[in-house]
Amino acid sequence: MFDRAEVAVQAAVDSGASYSDARAMITRSETIRVQNQKLDTLDVNESVGVGVRALIGSSWGFASTGNLSNAGLAACGREATSIAKASAIVAGPTLDFGSVPVVEASWETPHLENPFDVSTTEKVDMLVDVTRTMQSVAGIDIANSELGGFDTNKWFVSSHGHRIHQHIVEAGGYYSALAIGEHESQIRSYPQSFGHYETGGYEAIRKWNYPEHALRIAEEAVALLTAPIMEERETSLVLESSQVALQIHESVGHAIELDRILGWEAAFAGTSHLQLDKLGTHRYGSELMNITADATIPGALGSFGYDDEGSPAQCVDIVKDGIWVGVLSGRDSAAVAGLPSGGMVRGDGYSRIPMVRMTNVGLLPGEGTLDDIIADTDDGVYMGTNRSWSIDDKRLNFQFGCEIGYEVKNGSLGRMVKNPTYTGITPHFWGSLDRLAGESEWTHWGIPNCGKGQPVQVGHTGHSASPARFTNVRVGVKG
Amino acid sequence: MSKSQDLVTQVLEIVGDRAEAGVYDRTGTSALTRFANSFIHQNVSDDVADVHLTISLGGKVASGSTTSVSPEGLGSLVERTITSASDQSTDETFPGFGGPVDSPKVDLFDEATAAADPAARAEVVKTFVDAGKGLLAAGMCETMAFHDAYANTSGRRIHGRSTKAILDGIHQTSTTAGSGHSAGRGLGDIAAQSAGEQASARARMGEQPFDTKPGQYEVVLAPEAMATIAEFLSAYGFNGKAYNEGQSFVNLGESRFDESIQLFDDIFESRAMGMPFDAEGTPRARLDLIVDGSTPSLVHDRRSGLVAESQTTGHAALAGESWSGEPATRNLFIGDGELSEDALIAQVERGIYVATFNYCRVLDPKTVVVTGLTRNGTFMIENGVITGAVTNLRFTQSFIDALGQGNVGGVGRNGRFANAESEPGVVHAPSAHLRSWNFTGGAAG
Repeated sequence: MFDRAEVAVQAAVDSGASYSDARAMITRSETIRVQNQKLDTLDVNESVGVGVRALIGSSWGFASTGNLSNAGLAACGREATSIAKASAIVAGPTLDFGSVPVVEASWETPHLENPFDVSTTEKVDMLVDVTRTMQSVAGIDIANSELGGFDTNKWFVSSHGHRIHQHIVEAGGYYSALAIGEHESQIRSYPQSFGHYETGGYEAIRKWNYPEHALRIAEEAVALLTAPIMEERETSLVLESSQVALQIHESVGHAIELDRILGWEAAFAGTSHLQLDKLGTHRYGSELMNITADATIPGALGSFGYDDEGSPAQCVDIVKDGIWVGVLSGRDSAAVAGLPSGGMVRGDGYSRIPMVRMTNVGLLPGEGTLDDIIADTDDGVYMGTNRSWSIDDKRLNFQFGCEIGYEVKNGSLGRMVKNPTYTGITPHFWGSLDRLAGESEWTHWGIPNCGKGQPVQVGHTGHSASPARFTNVRVGVKG
Repeated sequence: MSKSQDLVTQVLEIVGDRAEAGVYDRTGTSALTRFANSFIHQNVSDDVADVHLTISLGGKVASGSTTSVSPEGLGSLVERTITSASDQSTDETFPGFGGPVDSPKVDLFDEATAAADPAARAEVVKTFVDAGKGLLAAGMCETMAFHDAYANTSGRRIHGRSTKAILDGIHQTSTTAGSGHSAGRGLGDIAAQSAGEQASARARMGEQPFDTKPGQYEVVLAPEAMATIAEFLSAYGFNGKAYNEGQSFVNLGESRFDESIQLFDDIFESRAMGMPFDAEGTPRARLDLIVDGSTPSLVHDRRSGLVAESQTTGHAALAGESWSGEPATRNLFIGDGELSEDALIAQVERGIYVATFNYCRVLDPKTVVVTGLTRNGTFMIENGVITGAVTNLRFTQSFIDALGQGNVGGVGRNGRFANAESEPGVVHAPSAHLRSWNFTGGAAG
């Protein structure tokens, strides 16, 4: 496949590109869904093709094709150059693309058991089993379960001389129990509501022990129907770690994307409340807040060997002792900002242009446990598992809903409450972080459905987090 | 015969008599030119070939897809899908494959758009950018041209073609942004100058915004916001699968909405775009979802129709067209009213004009309570005229109640394909005046 990618790159250069790179990719994906003990979806997909970038002056072009003949690939390379020439009709300022070391390398996700080598029957049986357990609880109307796997081979070639092969393996899933009342529905999910994925083999699914939690999840969903609604007030908020992970994703991860800060996503995903002239001085949160973007964490969903510009995976400080110190970047965005490239550019398959993407943007752990935090809270609320998420185009004004809540009184969990929500403004909220659990409860959560770009690309991102407490938060927002 | 027809025929030949099968192919070009800071920064073209296969071995069902349309690629698709199906238990709710149908007599294809090169899109972008002198422009111009075909072992053969063009952008001052939108069947339908002028005017009007106190306000919602409401009602309410599961608000025949609200899905509407058949090869037809405020129908694919003891309405979704492959509308129209947007604004004593929503998410599917924000044009209306800009607001609002009986003050006559929350070009919507809307937060939280 290196040779096929090179045909496309050479054609782009021969037709006038000053720089070109290409990714030849073969991606297999599998989705298995079971609803109420019946197989709902068994879908195995394969995507095979080449995507080519071409640069002329300051203007980019990108073309992709599934036609892997030499003629098809050469035409694709020439098309990328032609598009770059058209981009120059509305050209931007001169682009210094920056330089990265030229690499010839290969890299593979550490894994024990490729998810495609595990029999479909075993996977379906496990999913049927957990839905059966959930349905054994009176009041459960719909029990869903889902597993997914990705196996990606990627060959990257550039006109600067890169030749990098990567084999990336990902696996994950989730299940949920839905109880439907007269005018509402309540849901509980495990491990998290939109699926938890990791880089690795099927062992990444086995370790979550899906069957063990199914009964509890179902009982909680039914109990929520008759639980009181969370009271609207300002109070201390304790979040379980998967909700902290989503909070990081939405209010830190996207805000630190350099393409957003530079305005490149202004019309769609949005911009950022962060301004580059405040890098190194802006207070993002309390001194407990230490965030890194680390693409080297084994097993985390945002880990890889090299990004889609041939830059090696890196660990970059983003927030240190509460101060904003870093961004997510690629070669061109970093060059525009006068910063070193962070090696954080990836594309969703061969047919999508690589763009700045979160790697593993995580909150480093503190001390103690969730139990310690609860014991230290006189009055507050605890929320777990995301149910809704919304944030503005500058990643400043957010409102999240969770599946389940509990009152916290005098150091103990109290009544279960339903429809828990909280809202806030990013720097105020992170500034109120006053307790953070330690490494024993630090989890590398993986989000498999991060949308960005046009045409929309779905990214896989990682977020390490432990339970945390925030003070003076507005909770219980109602419609 | 199109390449797409040829591919689905090839796949059925490879399957032979080993299984029942249905196959859908989309072949064509999707090209998109993005601009930001008033220059083109991303410009892409995808040579699309996407084959989806469903196999049934006596009710043991599996599906698969490939972008590799060589004989080897198609053969691999067939073999692995048959292998997957053979391992499964029988799916008792599998509805089987539909029999022969007549091809719809509609061809929503524009040759010039299919042939449009990147320079043509760049010229559209240039016109939009130049309409906002002194401002920073950002957005995208997209063209798509597809030939689709469906065939199955029950004798169904259907094919069609479609084109679509979209311009969506903003102009920005140092503190504000305003949006402009245009979409149509062909690139020639794109009104780049007027979209750019609208975005520019909204951005300039938005300067020096002030914070306003959250609470209940009258609102005038522009087509983008109304399109998002329609999209959420469709996905969470009129979705036949959600209805079958007891998650929908719909009680068939009930008058749940204001009598001024009409909502329908119609590929034969003169302005419609897209394919005249669905992912199961079922021809599309007009389907009324809200008639004078009542809800007579649901959207079904073959499976949800069977479960509901009804039938498909031609709304099976291709991958990516709906969440988890649930039945979905693709040509949703909110019926136009009789008032201009200015006349809708003139009805408001004190309220808020909203150009677009942003990042809407449902809090409870059954009540369609949604939280989101305003974006790219939020203005105070006082005594029937816009008097100034306000900072973006967060709302938490039931979209059912928003269009509920007595809450609709008027519907505009300015319907157009608008940019809804999930994608542009699938909902045709006018502006509307709503008497109450629940804003729950401002810029300060």
